[in-house]
Amino acid sequence: MSAVPAAPRAASAEAAAGPEFGLLLVPPRARTGWRVVPARVVAMCAVELQKLRHDRTELYTRAVQPALWLLIFGETFTRLKAIPTGGIPYLDFLAPGIIAQSAMFIAIFYGIMIIWERDAGVLTKLLVTPTPRAALVTGKAFAAGVKAVVQAAVVVVLAALLGVGMTANPLRLAGVAVAVILGSAFFSCLSMTIAGIVLTRDRLMGIGQAITMPLFFGSNALYPVDLMPGWLQAVSRANPLSYQVDALRGLLIGTPSHLALDFGVLALATVVGITAASGLLGRLAR
Amino acid sequence: MNDRVAVECRALTYTFEHGRKKAGTRAVDGIDLTVRAGEVFGLLGPNGAGKTTTIRAITTLLPTARGMVAVFGHDCNTDRSAVRRLLGYVPQQLSADAGLTGRENVELFARVYDVARAERSERVAQALAAVDLTEAADRMVGTYSGGMVRRLELAQALVSAPRLLVLDEPTIGLDPIARAGVWDRVDAVRRATGMTVLVTTHYMDEADRHCDRVALMDRGRIRALGTPAELKARVTAEDPALAAPTLDDVFRHFSGRTLTDAKEGDFGDVRRTRRTASRVG
Ligand SMILES: Nc1ncnc2c1ncn2[C@@H]1O[C@H](COP(=O)(O)OP(=O)(O)OP(=O)(O)O)[C@@H](O)[C@H]1O
Ligand SMILES: [Mg+2]
Repeated sequence: MSAVPAAPRAASAEAAAGPEFGLLLVPPRARTGWRVVPARVVAMCAVELQKLRHDRTELYTRAVQPALWLLIFGETFTRLKAIPTGGIPYLDFLAPGIIAQSAMFIAIFYGIMIIWERDAGVLTKLLVTPTPRAALVTGKAFAAGVKAVVQAAVVVVLAALLGVGMTANPLRLAGVAVAVILGSAFFSCLSMTIAGIVLTRDRLMGIGQAITMPLFFGSNALYPVDLMPGWLQAVSRANPLSYQVDALRGLLIGTPSHLALDFGVLALATVVGITAASGLLGRLAR
Repeated sequence: MNDRVAVECRALTYTFEHGRKKAGTRAVDGIDLTVRAGEVFGLLGPNGAGKTTTIRAITTLLPTARGMVAVFGHDCNTDRSAVRRLLGYVPQQLSADAGLTGRENVELFARVYDVARAERSERVAQALAAVDLTEAADRMVGTYSGGMVRRLELAQALVSAPRLLVLDEPTIGLDPIARAGVWDRVDAVRRATGMTVLVTTHYMDEADRHCDRVALMDRGRIRALGTPAELKARVTAEDPALAAPTLDDVFRHFSGRTLTDAKEGDFGDVRRTRRTASRVG
């Protein structure tokens, strides 16, 4: 019973049950250095796209809220002309803000998802693979970005149907995608960071609800910064969502914007978020 | 250390801290263990014995402050990524992603182990074939039975050609047919690849049938270690009244209580077991 093969690898070759096990005897060659993180990011994004393909209901149900914002809030305030938007219809002004908002809502959900994956053992198993924590978090962050881009495309189509005049320039649209990905990456890291602190789904759901609305209202998504009281302007300036909206508005509608600053802030926020979330990820596994 | 030793634990100790005021739970209490390369080694014990905690130390999930753990000579605390490359791990809970197909679940693990694109689909297909899931591969995992999920997890672990397969209660909550199905695949893979298998279970009959050597664990300590035959012989020698002991008798002899007495697990244990059971059912 306890006959231990002296050299398991060598003994295995002849014992192999036909050729169909062949590859399972050879460990894959490990990627090293800088190649690891991009490879993991691709792996996580692939999973996200596969999931979207299997179940599109979330894509549609998540389109309901932005549609309501655009239809009711947007149309009404366009008629009221209560908010000075620098000559463009309020609906046009609002559309980029709603795209950013719907992307943020998706991203904030990622912290909840990572706790769910922890409870289900999926995360535990990934943590035992040769995937550095930072690569895992980056992968999740960009997966959130991929999902948000698909969602953003739905909202863009909706806005176009409502007659919002948007760019068709492919370069600018690519810029829009990048802004959506960076913003979602940051917000998903924010939520994974909080997940690493509070550790349970219930607490995170509460906190997620508590922060998304202030982030949304404390940004330039609904109204220009100049209209805000001083303290709210300060909040808005510290809020990455504002920079994302500014970039989206500039790229999609063509309003004056500060693209270099916007992308700089978003990229920096993403790096900080990834660092914080990967530092706390280990707590979830314990 | 050499290639003949797959896992080595020396004075491994782990205590779960419950904040500053309360005393911690010493889940693993100074265990010494050597798993030889190529064997099927069973870690046996009742709920709360510390099996999962030991496994989590070996799989680099728990940093251990006291004692030493190494896999094929790589320290599990300091040389984690080397250890992870050698491991295939199936955790106690069912852990496949229900929102993907079986094939996609295995593909993810091929990707995170850096399987080259050129051979990815072939390797994934082989892993699925090895666990007899070729036909169900493109179905959503949400529609799998518990036994199929367990075999799928085995495929996920096998796709990277690990040298050490770590299975934490692979048959918990499965019916006898599904249990046999899982063990059949483990045995076949072991025969075909010669990999080392470290398995925990509290089913003594399975351990008796499938393990080369077993360690009996209770309350964080290893009470006895050897081949099932050796342990039985020791019991008969020490207690002639037991002429043909089962592993259950062996456990009672060395731990001073029966497995059923020992199943007094605290709330957490019950909850975890139930969660596993409900995910299986
Ligand atoms: N995350 C945790 N926090 C606190 N205590 C824990 C934790 N995980 C396990 N324990 C405790 O450590 C002890 C050993 O648990 P462990 O899960 O290792 O047992 P086990 O042998 O795997 O049992 P089971 O058959 O229930 O899986 C138990 O008393 C358990 O309550
Ligand atoms: Mg356990």
